[in-house]
Amino acid sequence: MNKTYLNEFHRANKGHLVDFAGWEMPINYGSQINEHNLVRTDVGIFDVSHMAVFDLYGSNQKEFLEYLIPNDVNKILDSTRALYSPLLNENGGILDDLIVYHLGENNFRIISNCGTREQNYAWFNKIASDFDVQIDFKSDASIIALQGPNALKNLSSLYNVDLEKFHLYQDDEVMIARTGYTGELGVEIISTASKGLKIWQHFVSKDIQPIGLAARDTLRLEAGFNLYGSDMTIENNPYDSNLSWTIDQSNEDRDFIGKKALKHLQESENCLVGFYTDQRGVLRSGTKVSFEGGKGVITSGTWSPTFKKNIGFCRITKNFPEKGISTLRDKEINLHFCETNFLKYLK
Amino acid sequence: MAEVPSNLKFLESHEWARLEEDGTVTVGISDHAQELLGDIVFVELPDIGKEVTQSGDTAIVESVKAASDVYSPLSGEITEINEALIDNPEIINTSPYESGWFFKIKPQDISEMDKLLDAQAYESSSES
Repeated sequence: MNKTYLNEFHRANKGHLVDFAGWEMPINYGSQINEHNLVRTDVGIFDVSHMAVFDLYGSNQKEFLEYLIPNDVNKILDSTRALYSPLLNENGGILDDLIVYHLGENNFRIISNCGTREQNYAWFNKIASDFDVQIDFKSDASIIALQGPNALKNLSSLYNVDLEKFHLYQDDEVMIARTGYTGELGVEIISTASKGLKIWQHFVSKDIQPIGLAARDTLRLEAGFNLYGSDMTIENNPYDSNLSWTIDQSNEDRDFIGKKALKHLQESENCLVGFYTDQRGVLRSGTKVSFEGGKGVITSGTWSPTFKKNIGFCRITKNFPEKGISTLRDKEINLHFCETNFLKYLK
Repeated sequence: MAEVPSNLKFLESHEWARLEEDGTVTVGISDHAQELLGDIVFVELPDIGKEVTQSGDTAIVESVKAASDVYSPLSGEITEINEALIDNPEIINTSPYESGWFFKIKPQDISEMDKLLDAQAYESSSES
């Protein structure tokens, strides 16, 4: 099993370790609900070094990215900042989702999911063969997420940087980006493992609570962020995955992988929306949903520690009404459909 | 390491049973089980008066992570349920052997207790 450089720390600090896509990662350090609430009200620190970091080299990085992803990298050339995009195949199917970081002067870094590490590396190399681009898959990367309303205040004990949302700071040793997967204020800090260990120890010595992957999942669901492999797979496209906003066709001359297929996919019969119920129990992924004139299936479902009810995402036929029904242990459950950002919708 | 009190009897599926002085048997889930489930958010308890059978599914416990059946360690009639769990299911996480009990049974045949695991046997079965 793969391990991050913080594995020993997790083990020594009551981390309940589980197999996550071949990586031994902490699911919680005791109570996932307490960890979730800490991130919503104060601050928490996450080891997400299992995710994949790719640094690009060569003179055609911009052109490579213009072709690689449907979102347009030209949006971030004016500054050092981040851009979210799905990664599509020729059929418009979603291979993964990722963040592209513009490090300045047309140099870029990509961070993508753990489960797709090797597949992405092969895909990037295949596409890069037509460009002057080399891909450096960092095997020694540390990714630490510091998230919560007090994240920036705590960051200032180590780094005195003032960043706008999605912007980043970089020096020889670290990159600090105002990105995250929780819906809270926060940063992700990317460095080598040896530097990462010092950063981690610094924040832990300030009594900042480490947060496991279970709380990471409930935090991202409340914030309306898709999880690759659950809410979208290669069988899905951006239009049935609530990602049409990432398809940038403002420059008609730009070709990108999947562009032709997307024309037809715009008419997808399904969409991805949020649901919640005030009834007892937790509807989970795979559960069927129905309503007059349509149906669908839950892609993620959990109990929300913030709203204290069952929330989730479901992929359902378009033109859905306000309410639908589902079944849990032979009981009928009434669902309310809503936008996926529960932090905004249910507040 | 999860706590396993020596005065209790267990099912391999992590329920405990405690014979009380009045002849009833109190039932709950083990410390190990609550650790496996993580934060518990819902329980469904049986109706008082319901007849249950040994190893039959009797209650449901649901954590953020997953839902799980709770089996009755003995056959008999449900005489009491722990209503505090309905609004405060997290009691099961903090006190699985005391305040976090699920229900009480008037046993039909107390010799069924002999079929249950003692603390030591349960401990070794839950470690494997």
